[in-house]
Amino acid sequence: MKKIKCALIGSGNIGTDLIYKIKRSAVLEPVWMVGIDPQSEGLRRASEMGLKTTAEGIDGLLPYVLEDGIQIAFDATSAYVHAENSRKLNALGVMMIDLTPAAIGPLCVPTVNLREHADRVEMNVNMISCAGQATIPIVNAVSRVQSVDYAEIVASLASKSVGPGTRANLDEFTFTTSNAICVVGGARRGKALAVINPAEPPMIMRNTIYCVTDDEPDQARITESILRMIAEVQTYVPGYRLVNGPAFDGNKVSVFMEVAGLGDYLPRYAGNLDIMTAAATRTAEMFAEEILAGKIQLKIREAA
Amino acid sequence: MNIDSTALKGRKVILHDMCLRDGMHAKREQISVEQMVKVATALDDAGIPYLQVTHGAGLGGNSLQHGFALASNEEYISAVASRMKRAKVSVLLVPGLGTMRELQSAFDAGARSVHVATHCTEADTSPQHIAYARKLGMDTTGFLMMAHLNDPAGIARQGKLMESYGAQTIYVTDSAGYMLPEDVTARIQALREVLAPETAIGFHGHHNLGLGISNSLAAIAAGASRIDGSVAGLGAGAGNTPLEVFLAVCERMGIETGVDLFKLMDVAEDLVVPMMDHIVRVDRDSLTLGFAGVYSTFLLHAKRVAERFGVPARDILVELGHKKMIAGQEDMIQDTAMTMAKARGLLTDAAA
Repeated sequence: MKKIKCALIGSGNIGTDLIYKIKRSAVLEPVWMVGIDPQSEGLRRASEMGLKTTAEGIDGLLPYVLEDGIQIAFDATSAYVHAENSRKLNALGVMMIDLTPAAIGPLCVPTVNLREHADRVEMNVNMISCAGQATIPIVNAVSRVQSVDYAEIVASLASKSVGPGTRANLDEFTFTTSNAICVVGGARRGKALAVINPAEPPMIMRNTIYCVTDDEPDQARITESILRMIAEVQTYVPGYRLVNGPAFDGNKVSVFMEVAGLGDYLPRYAGNLDIMTAAATRTAEMFAEEILAGKIQLKIREAA
Repeated sequence: MNIDSTALKGRKVILHDMCLRDGMHAKREQISVEQMVKVATALDDAGIPYLQVTHGAGLGGNSLQHGFALASNEEYISAVASRMKRAKVSVLLVPGLGTMRELQSAFDAGARSVHVATHCTEADTSPQHIAYARKLGMDTTGFLMMAHLNDPAGIARQGKLMESYGAQTIYVTDSAGYMLPEDVTARIQALREVLAPETAIGFHGHHNLGLGISNSLAAIAAGASRIDGSVAGLGAGAGNTPLEVFLAVCERMGIETGVDLFKLMDVAEDLVVPMMDHIVRVDRDSLTLGFAGVYSTFLLHAKRVAERFGVPARDILVELGHKKMIAGQEDMIQDTAMTMAKARGLLTDAAA
C-alpha cells in the first residue's frame, strides 16, 4: 500500500520517538530527519534507521521536499522557529503537524476534534502539549455531558522524560495547555499545573483532571462518558489508564490517570512523550488516509 | 553537632518571616487581608526586614489543587506593601504553577523580593523566572525545596545553576523537616565552596523533628546569612522554625538581626497564636512528615482525605514518602488514599 512521505524536524526526544511511531504506521513513512547538531543522538539514530538526515536545519530539507514527495512534516523544534518552518513548508504544499507551543494553527486532540480539522484541510495543526493530550479528552468527556465552569489539570512528569526545551519554557507550557482546556476541552475557564519529579525508578506520567460543573454532576452519565473517552484514547495510546475516580465532591469531578508509553525511544515511564507523538501520528494518519483516498489534496501555495 | 556558643558572636543574619505565606497552609489559605495587614505591620514595627505574603503555594496558587485563598495575591500584597515602613514584601514563585505574568503583577502590587522555588534537582526549570525577577530589580533567591532528596554535591551543582541564572541568594529548603543538623551543615558547606563570595546562602526549616532552631544555627555556622522562620511557627506541618524562639537564641549567642525580641514575642502571642485553627506543633501526623521525609504541606490534605476515605493520615503520609512525592503533587494524596482504600475494601472502583 502506498504511504505518505513525512519529514521530522527537530532531533530531540520527541522527534526521535516519532520515527518509531511513524515507522509502525500503515499509511505514513518517515523519510527525512532535520536537526541542527551533526553530533546529535537523534540524527545518528535516524540515519541508522534509514532516514535521510540534515544538520542544516529546515533549509537543508527544502531542496528535497518536492523531489522526495514529502507531504506531511512534524515540527518538534521550538515555538520560536516553528512559524518560519511552517511558512516555508506550507509554501511547498507540505501539511504541518506542530508539536511546539507555537500554536499557529488550530489546536488538535484526536479524539475530540481531529475530524473537523481534516474536513477543513488545515495546513497546520497544533498538538498543544503532552499534558494537554493526556487531560483534555477527559475535560471534554465531562463537558459533553454538562457545562463545565472551570477545569484544572495537574501533570506529573518523570524528570528524565522532560527535555531542555520544556524545562526552559514552563510558562509557555502552562499558557498553551490552559488555553486548550477551554478551546478544545470545552471548559469556560482553565488552568494547568506541571510538576517534574526525579524519583528513581522514574514515576510513570500521572495526570489529575478536576472539573467543576455548573450544576450538580450527573454521576452515571459522566462516568460512562469518561470511560468511553478513555477507550478511544487507548486506540493510539494503549497505556492510557484510569487509576482512580471519577470521584465526585459537590460539583467537583476528579479523575486520576496514568500514561505509560510504549517504550520506543524512552522507557515506558515517559508516557508524556508517547501521548504527544502518538497523537501527532494519529493526526497525520487521518490526513494521510484522506490524501490516499483522494478526498483531499494539499495545495502548493504561491511563495510569499 | 556542637556549635561553640561564642563562635557566632557578631554574625549578621537576615530574618525572613513566613507566617503570612507558609502559615497560609496551616490556615487552609483562610487568612484575611485585615489579619495580614495587622500581623505584617506589627512585624515591620518589630524590625523584621523581609516578610512573605502570598497564597501558601505562592503565585498562581489559587487552585483546586492547592485551595482558594480569601483574596487574590495582588490584594494581599498591595494591602501589606503599602503599609510597610521598612520591611520588604516577598513572594514565592514555583515554576510550573506560577508564571512571569504573575510575578510582574506581584511586583506591580509592591513585592520586592522573591523565592523562586524548584525541587532540589530541577533548578533548570527556573532560568527565565530568576532572570525576570532580576530584571524587575527584585531581591532574588533560588529556593531548593525538599533539599534532603539531593546530596551535598548535587545541591551545590543546582545552587550554582541558579546563581548562573542570576539568583543572589541560594536557599537550602528543608520542606519535609527531615534534616538533621549535620545534613544542613554538609549542604551549606558544599554550596559555600562553589558559590561566588557575594552570593548569599539561606536556610528554610520546618520543625517536624523539633530541629528548626538547631538546624538554622548549623546553617549559620556553615556560612548561611539568611534564615526563614515563622512567628509562633505558623507554617505547614509542625510549622517553620519559630522565629521568636530563634531570635531569643540569636540574642543569647550574639548573632545580630536588628529585630526587637520582645516585640516579636508579642506578635506571636497576641496576634498569631489567636489566629491558629489548630495549635501548630509536633504531633503524630506532623512528626510522621519529619520522620518519613514528606512535604510538610501534605499534612492537612492528608487529614482531610483520611476522614473521607477511612484510611489513617499517618498511613497515607508514609506511603507518599515511600512514593517520593514532592511539592505540588497534592493531587496524589487523594489518589493514594483512594488506592489504599480500595486495597482495604473501603472503596469500590467507579469503573468496575
